[in-house]
Amino acid sequence: MSSAVSRYFTSSIGRKQLIALTGLGLCGFLVAHLLGNFTLFIGSDAFNIYAHKLMSLGPLVYIAEAGLAAMFALHLGLAIKMTIENKTARGQKYYMKTRTGRGETLMSATMPYTGLILFVFLILHILQFKFGPVYNTEVDGVFMRDLYRTVVEYFQSPLNTAWYVIAMAAAAMHTAHGFQSAFQTFGFNHGTWTPKLKILGIAYAVFVAGGFAAVSIFLHVKGA
Amino acid sequence: MSDATANMTIYLKVWRQASAAAEGKFVDYKVDHVSPDMSFLEMFDVLNDQLVKKGEAPIAFDHDCREGICGMCSMMINGKAHGGEKGTTTCQLHMRKFKSGDAIVVEPWRAKAFPLVKDLVVDRSAFDKIIQAGGYTTAQTGNAPDANANLIPKTVADEAMDAAACIGCGACVASCPNGSAMLFMGAKISQLALLPQGQPEAPRRALNMVKSHDELLFGNCTNHAECEATCPKEIGLEHIARMNREYTKATFTYHEKVRGGDGA
Repeated sequence: MSSAVSRYFTSSIGRKQLIALTGLGLCGFLVAHLLGNFTLFIGSDAFNIYAHKLMSLGPLVYIAEAGLAAMFALHLGLAIKMTIENKTARGQKYYMKTRTGRGETLMSATMPYTGLILFVFLILHILQFKFGPVYNTEVDGVFMRDLYRTVVEYFQSPLNTAWYVIAMAAAAMHTAHGFQSAFQTFGFNHGTWTPKLKILGIAYAVFVAGGFAAVSIFLHVKGA
Repeated sequence: MSDATANMTIYLKVWRQASAAAEGKFVDYKVDHVSPDMSFLEMFDVLNDQLVKKGEAPIAFDHDCREGICGMCSMMINGKAHGGEKGTTTCQLHMRKFKSGDAIVVEPWRAKAFPLVKDLVVDRSAFDKIIQAGGYTTAQTGNAPDANANLIPKTVADEAMDAAACIGCGACVASCPNGSAMLFMGAKISQLALLPQGQPEAPRRALNMVKSHDELLFGNCTNHAECEATCPKEIGLEHIARMNREYTKATFTYHEKVRGGDGA
């Protein structure tokens, strides 16, 4: 039994299925996160109440955070190992290697790099917001953290906004390949559905990354 | 060469390496009197004739059938496996696809699992090892079974045949940015998994072949699809997907200790 488990977790197919599974899990998280961010369009109270409600879920928050951290760590760790293996599998580099134009895309070729940008972004993102400047406010007699002010102050800087938008472009590229790729990895491949899934993946990438970027630009313009 | 149509001049940059241990380098050659009707390999024959007459060592390259079915003619041509024409092996690539005066870079397959032997020749026996790990059926010998004893739908037979078209040339590995052999292995697993003759051993086959693939230091598939684009037999990613399904199914349903202790 344990041999079957260890075989799966160390095999090329087992590992990439885990990368695919955690990747799709993180894709789901991004949607939830984005929907929450849309309250920033409404105003300070809406966003602060949303953030306060979310954080007052208590132990559920810690469970969700631990789950996300585990998914992210697994995704990152396995992807790094896979990328190193893939680089060494070539051995001597080609003097000339050209794409056929029918396979590899800019999105698929840059997965390790866009992934790395997202990793750096994530660390900074948590430091800048969750562990960023703490202000307090009162909404309808309830005291809560004024996370809205933290966010608005951050996006007043054009550099911060530009970095955020660049990171979201990386997210778009990463998920545009990753989303549809995950299904192939699980073994879903169908003449009719696969092309539709690829379109859905691009739509997802544009919606999510575009949504986050739109919020950041909105706040920058509003705050400036 | 007195053929009036043999009027192309090609400038080649070819990887020369005397042995696996020797230092390799690119050498430039000018090939005159190339006919547009020649195959890429025939152009190499012309060049090698010239080299032999000059007392130089001819360029070693693999070739056999020269009709696109043996899978020997492995060459990276201008950065593309077999030259990158759709569904074409190097032997079926004609010089009419080039222009007189063209400079062409020719390299061997580059993969850790395919060690270089000489010049453009690489050792592809890693593929044989993957096949030995499970790419077969344990058939009973005896009289040929009745043709209608195993009913197989035409569509299934066709799909198995599409997978079986793999000639093991290694273009998938050579063109894969990750040096992965998943398309080769996917084709081999697919052709047997689709047919009743291959199904009894399908779980063990998937597990053992993937294990062998990984041990041979081929890379991991990240779904770039360069393999599919350069496969001279146009084998598609759906066969990799089937392999992924077979592997997953085997992982979660197959148990080594089969009832009856048949040694499976």
